[in-house]
Amino acid sequence: MKNFTYKSPASLKDASQLLGDDWSQSIALAGGTDLLNLMKNEVETPTRVVNLKQIKELNKIEYNSGYGLKLGALATIAEIAAHPVIKAKYRVLHEAAREIASPQLGNMGTLGGNLCQRPRCWYYRNEFPCLRKGGDICYAIDGKNKFHCIIGGGPCFIVHPSDMAVALMALDANVTIFDGEKNHTVPISEFYLLPEQDMYRETVLKPGEIVTHIYVPDVGSGEKSGYFKFKERGIWDFAVVSVAVMLRKKGKTIREARVTLGGIAPKPWLEPHVSENLINLVPDEDNVSAICDQSLRNAFDLGQNGYKILLAKNLMKRMILKLAS
Amino acid sequence: MKFSTIKFELNGKPVEIEVPPAMRLLDILRETFKLTGTKEGCGIGECGACTVLLNGQAVASCLLLAGQLEGTKITTIEGLVHDERMNLLQRNFLECGAVQCGFCTPGMLLSAYALLQKDARPTTDDIKNAIAGNLCRCTGYKQIIQAIQKSTESLSDPDQ
Ligand SMILES: Cc1cc2nc3c(=O)[nH]c(=O)nc-3n(C[C@H](O)[C@H](O)[C@H](O)COP(=O)(O)OP(=O)(O)OC[C@H]3O[C@@H](n4cnc5c(N)ncnc54)[C@H](O)[C@@H]3O)c2cc1C
Ligand code: SF4
Ligand code: FES
Ligand code: FES
Repeated sequence: MKNFTYKSPASLKDASQLLGDDWSQSIALAGGTDLLNLMKNEVETPTRVVNLKQIKELNKIEYNSGYGLKLGALATIAEIAAHPVIKAKYRVLHEAAREIASPQLGNMGTLGGNLCQRPRCWYYRNEFPCLRKGGDICYAIDGKNKFHCIIGGGPCFIVHPSDMAVALMALDANVTIFDGEKNHTVPISEFYLLPEQDMYRETVLKPGEIVTHIYVPDVGSGEKSGYFKFKERGIWDFAVVSVAVMLRKKGKTIREARVTLGGIAPKPWLEPHVSENLINLVPDEDNVSAICDQSLRNAFDLGQNGYKILLAKNLMKRMILKLAS
Repeated sequence: MKFSTIKFELNGKPVEIEVPPAMRLLDILRETFKLTGTKEGCGIGECGACTVLLNGQAVASCLLLAGQLEGTKITTIEGLVHDERMNLLQRNFLECGAVQCGFCTPGMLLSAYALLQKDARPTTDDIKNAIAGNLCRCTGYKQIIQAIQKSTESLSDPDQ
């Protein structure tokens, strides 16, 4: 790891100033569980590391009935997994947090870091000067692409690795960003970018900007949610494919639905075909299967990742039927 | 090279060190303090051999930078040699055959210890979750889970 100067500002304003306007010089540190590995492999070689953890206002989890949930960016994954209100009301968030890494990393890793973590593409993480690192080819196209994206890709084919992002997208959360002067808020669906929008960054964040809070709307009556993550191994791992579903039913009829997928696209993927067609449906195995089978029409196989298409459809079906019953 | 001065509590005693900010806690423990009970397996957060307690919680010392230690309390396996609960776990690890090569053992013991500090009567699933970040290439985990279970039974009051 290259050496650097280390700063621990106590205010957001100072932190933003220290981060400055050059991604390659100065970088934010929260739990460090992603950043340290990136620095070790010299994918990131900052000359200054800005520790966010001394900014006290960012570590709270607050819930107000009628208003919803306010999550500080420094809340840890373990705190989110253990929070009683989240466990009772926001199942999808609870289940996603429980699925992340190991207890050690859950105690260290933060929500903000989870949302802003960098891609796991093995070419990107190792010594390949690929497109995303400013080079001129994507090694995944003719290389090992078993875990790359099936939709939304090109010219780079990463998947976004965050479990929390997929869950928060199903809950229609908002992300608050401090730009050095003031806060602004964007829906999480607009927080992430596809490679065709920005080849080098996965989010709309600009240098010096810091994620401060995530807002999740209050849970309506008849609302249920859940997360399922398919992993290659029994223990912790990144998602091969994951699905987050929020359904609100009135009687037997679905009134509102948000179905999002992880592990298949460069950003958490809201599947509009499924979400829209579930509305006003009295769900049963046949009609839910038919809707899911018709989804992901633009998905394509890079050579080794075609299995994800069927897997994603089946996981959606399974989770929708589970919540609908 | 730039150095930072960092103050924290190590195994109950206040310490002050001057190290490069890029130094990891794992190296500070092993090199600066010669506390070699904490092991390096993978160096990337995947194996748990480097587990220590930070303010009582299990963390991976291979992913912690020197600066992140300021004001914290760090406990390594050496810090618990006279701790009753740790001694019980150690005895049960030996009795149940939960130690073979021993490389994973300090980390495993600390993960188990952190669990029992929070919850003296964990279920088998709680135990499995608590050690999910600790890789053991020798035992197959069964004996380890048994040893932790045994430590919960003997700790809890049978009349309650
Ligand atoms: C072994 C292992 C297993 C993992 N498994 C999973 C998994 O199953 N699921 C999953 O989702 N993730 C997983 N992760 C990824 C990730 O490290 C964690 O999920 C964690 O939550 C990241 O948070 P952090 O605070 O440690 O981030 P850091 O490493 O501190 O930061 C990550 C990135 O985000 C930026 N950043 C951090 N906070 C902010 C902020 N507030 N505003 C703007 N930018 C910010 C940093 O500059 C950095 O680029 C795993 C990581 C490892 C090493
Ligand atoms: S998928 Fe993206 S990150 Fe991976 S090699 Fe291709 S360009 Fe690089
Ligand atoms: S050495 Fe730290 S987790 Fe493996
Ligand atoms: S006893 Fe050898 S790795 Fe666990």
